[in-house]
Amino acid sequence: MARAAIQRRLIWRTAEVLENRAETPRVHRLVLDVPDWPGHLPGQHVVARLTAEDGYTAQRSYSLASPPDVPQLHLAVERLDGGEVSPYLTDELRRGDQLELRGPIGGYFVWSAAADRADGEQRPVQLVAGGSGVAPFLAMVDHHQRQGSPTALRLLYSTRTAADVIGRDVLGEETTVALTREHPPGWPGVTGRIDRDVLAHYAFPPAERPRVFVCGSTPFVEFVAATLIDLGHDPSAIRLERYGNSEELK
Amino acid sequence: MAVLSRGFRRARPERDDGRLPPGQYDAGDDFPVLSAGPTPHTALERWDLSIDDATGGLARWSWEEFRALPHERITVDIHCVTTWSKFDTRWEGVALDTLLEHVEADSPYVLASCDGGYTTNVPLEDLVDGRAWVVDTYDGEPLAPEHGGPARLLVPHLYFWKSAKWLRRLSLLEQDEPGFWETFGYHNYGDPWREQRYSDD
Repeated sequence: MARAAIQRRLIWRTAEVLENRAETPRVHRLVLDVPDWPGHLPGQHVVARLTAEDGYTAQRSYSLASPPDVPQLHLAVERLDGGEVSPYLTDELRRGDQLELRGPIGGYFVWSAAADRADGEQRPVQLVAGGSGVAPFLAMVDHHQRQGSPTALRLLYSTRTAADVIGRDVLGEETTVALTREHPPGWPGVTGRIDRDVLAHYAFPPAERPRVFVCGSTPFVEFVAATLIDLGHDPSAIRLERYGNSEELK
Repeated sequence: MAVLSRGFRRARPERDDGRLPPGQYDAGDDFPVLSAGPTPHTALERWDLSIDDATGGLARWSWEEFRALPHERITVDIHCVTTWSKFDTRWEGVALDTLLEHVEADSPYVLASCDGGYTTNVPLEDLVDGRAWVVDTYDGEPLAPEHGGPARLLVPHLYFWKSAKWLRRLSLLEQDEPGFWETFGYHNYGDPWREQRYSDD
């Protein structure tokens, strides 16, 4: 695995909520202003911390859904019923509120135009998302567009219904959306789950040696990774991120 | 001074037995899975576990040899840096003390290496005196691949990324060498009771 030394002291920063809007029935987009944000790479995440009046704190990780090219930080927070943190973030947090953040965190599940240029290889980038696992890919796709990167990039994105698609303002030609719970007439993408045939048809073929990033629930990520390897992709070129691990589980 | 989150309250009952480290929550019956790359599936015929140092190989066990070593039953709490903790997890495996009886081990550092390329570093003194095991059984069943099977390291007193999945080699080192997450900004030691999540914590 590649090594990169990203050693930076991670202090708690105070973010101001600029906007908290429902983007889909289940996902809110938080737009945050973080003074002195040190910058990040597409794919990195932050830890958000809530503090109750009695001093109790809870912290959860969220991928950054915005690229380093814009000054605000965006989080796409899925409301998990019965959760401790996500319902607070989606339902209670308002414009002007403060939220403590630490980051950026993670240096492996990242892609940037600059790293590609330095690398000189110009390998295509294949992104595969399940549900709100698309969040880090919104940062990558947006960054790719803003940088005018020559790297070929595709996103295969599985979600329940057309109304559940996150990031409609960013996603474009590079994206194929697979709807698992509805089959709208004339849907330009895929209907049904991302299975072996869909991966074989829509993902860059192994011969093009794509760098592959997969983000979603653990069963989704395990299935996609195992199927890609079965199709001939190099296991060492596949990087995984799972949501639902550091968020609420019940 | 922490920023108070207006209207935010604890949603889960507080544990008052002192077993939950700061900043953690109880995952209950869930056993979340985390890994940076795909789950390797190494055939048991090709699996081995070795210990080496700068001079070369010191010990090696095939799967059958490893299974024949004396196993212990371990019930421990585990703590993931992503803030979940899981209580009373039940494992079976071989104590590092047992493995290290087979070698001259006086190097102060250990780097664990795994199928798939993952590595993590742990001081030798944290692996001895009944504080670390190589486990092959979870809750009475063979350890599932997504949880690190055939065999993983178990160092429950450190954050769980130190309990390397798919373990294949332990290298005894004179100089400390940061492993995979440790080079990506996670803490070099990882004590959950001191909340050593990231570098400089």
